[in-house]
Amino acid sequence: MGAPNCLVTNDWICGEYLRTRGEELTDALLQHVGITVASVLIALAVAVPLALLVRARPRFAGPVLGLTTLLYTVPSLAMFSLLLPFFGLSAALVVTGLVLYALTILVRNTLAGLAAVPAETREAARGMGYGSLRLLWQVELPLALPVLMAGIRMATVSTIALTTVGSVVGRGGLGNLIEDALPTFFKAQMLAASVLCVLLAVTADLLLLGLQRLLTPWARIRTAPGGE
Amino acid sequence: MGVVTDAWAWLTTGAHWTGEDGIGQRLAEHVYVSGAALLIASALALPLGLWLGHLGRGGALAVNVSNVGRAIPVFAVLALFMVSPLRNAGYVPTVVALVLFAMPPLLTNAYVGVREVDRAAVRAARGMGMTGGQIFRRVELPLARPVVMTGIRSAAVQVVATATVAAMVGQGGLGRIITAGFATYDTAQVVAGAVLVALLALLVEGVLVAADRLFAHDRRLTER
Repeated sequence: MGAPNCLVTNDWICGEYLRTRGEELTDALLQHVGITVASVLIALAVAVPLALLVRARPRFAGPVLGLTTLLYTVPSLAMFSLLLPFFGLSAALVVTGLVLYALTILVRNTLAGLAAVPAETREAARGMGYGSLRLLWQVELPLALPVLMAGIRMATVSTIALTTVGSVVGRGGLGNLIEDALPTFFKAQMLAASVLCVLLAVTADLLLLGLQRLLTPWARIRTAPGGE
Repeated sequence: MGVVTDAWAWLTTGAHWTGEDGIGQRLAEHVYVSGAALLIASALALPLGLWLGHLGRGGALAVNVSNVGRAIPVFAVLALFMVSPLRNAGYVPTVVALVLFAMPPLLTNAYVGVREVDRAAVRAARGMGMTGGQIFRRVELPLARPVVMTGIRSAAVQVVATATVAAMVGQGGLGRIITAGFATYDTAQVVAGAVLVALLALLVEGVLVAADRLFAHDRRLTER
């Protein structure tokens, strides 16, 4: 123990912290990932049918888009606090709040993606005898995928950042570590948790980009060098 | 419904509006940090985005900055500022965190707005002998205005909503009403605080829409 301990001197970067509290960091990271994945998947499961409903019945467009936009103006801090009476101090509380935020992005992008499908493509498929369900599943959704995936990436990255605010009810993943470190000015923990949070967002974004490329091989051919 | 009437009662209690923790003070702080952050972010991001759009370069930069921006957890940034010497600098930590948060959408929309201007119009202007600066001012800027304004509006709404997070690290603004209510299990106060922030965000959006219309109207009159 000859060397000065960086935990005692409260350095920003501290190997000792990473060594001794690795488990705590991993737990927080896993909670963060779990909350984000659950939120985005649920939001997607709600947003796509909502977008399809809006497209089929345009008179729902105003209320649905208006409501999701209004939800976006509710501050995250308040959203988590307001949902408290319904869910208690649970992960479901944070997930519900984050779903409501992700909805705005996902509904809009799903609609934009479907609107970008060329009308002649749609007509050609109909002329070939495609029913509306098969048209949606085999033609429209694949063609809408790039815009939809862009929305999923946006929603995922902002959900990862927003999850930290969930620490107000003790379910903020890495945000919990930040909140715990704040009163004692524990710099190493604060920096490690913040950096991990940003790294998580960047990793998720890259993974989703890779998934998008896998799912839309035709887009790659079109933009390949010399393909123009 | 009880919560709504309780929140209304809380909001209409005169004593809650005055004093150091009163709504008046918190509203002033909120408007100050949001306004300052938005102005600084616009001053930095808009010229850069418009210029890159005019050059047609840096598209990857503009788009990637926007993605990275979304990845920045405002709470983490604020917390880091609060353990740095910046904590003694008044509202500076909140303003700087919000500037970082607001810049990406402003930059991206400014870039995309100029980039998506009909190239035929730009070529026509060049064919008429306009210089780069003239094309930028007379063709690209007016045609890009709607997209740029959309960016400003969404940045403004998000900044107003996000400024509440400042309360989590002890900085000012309407978020303090929410955290104070939260600490005392006063749901009415939490609802009241949320309503105040949402109303402020909608008001800001309304003012920006009105200002945009007024500006567009002025333009049409002077050009006639």
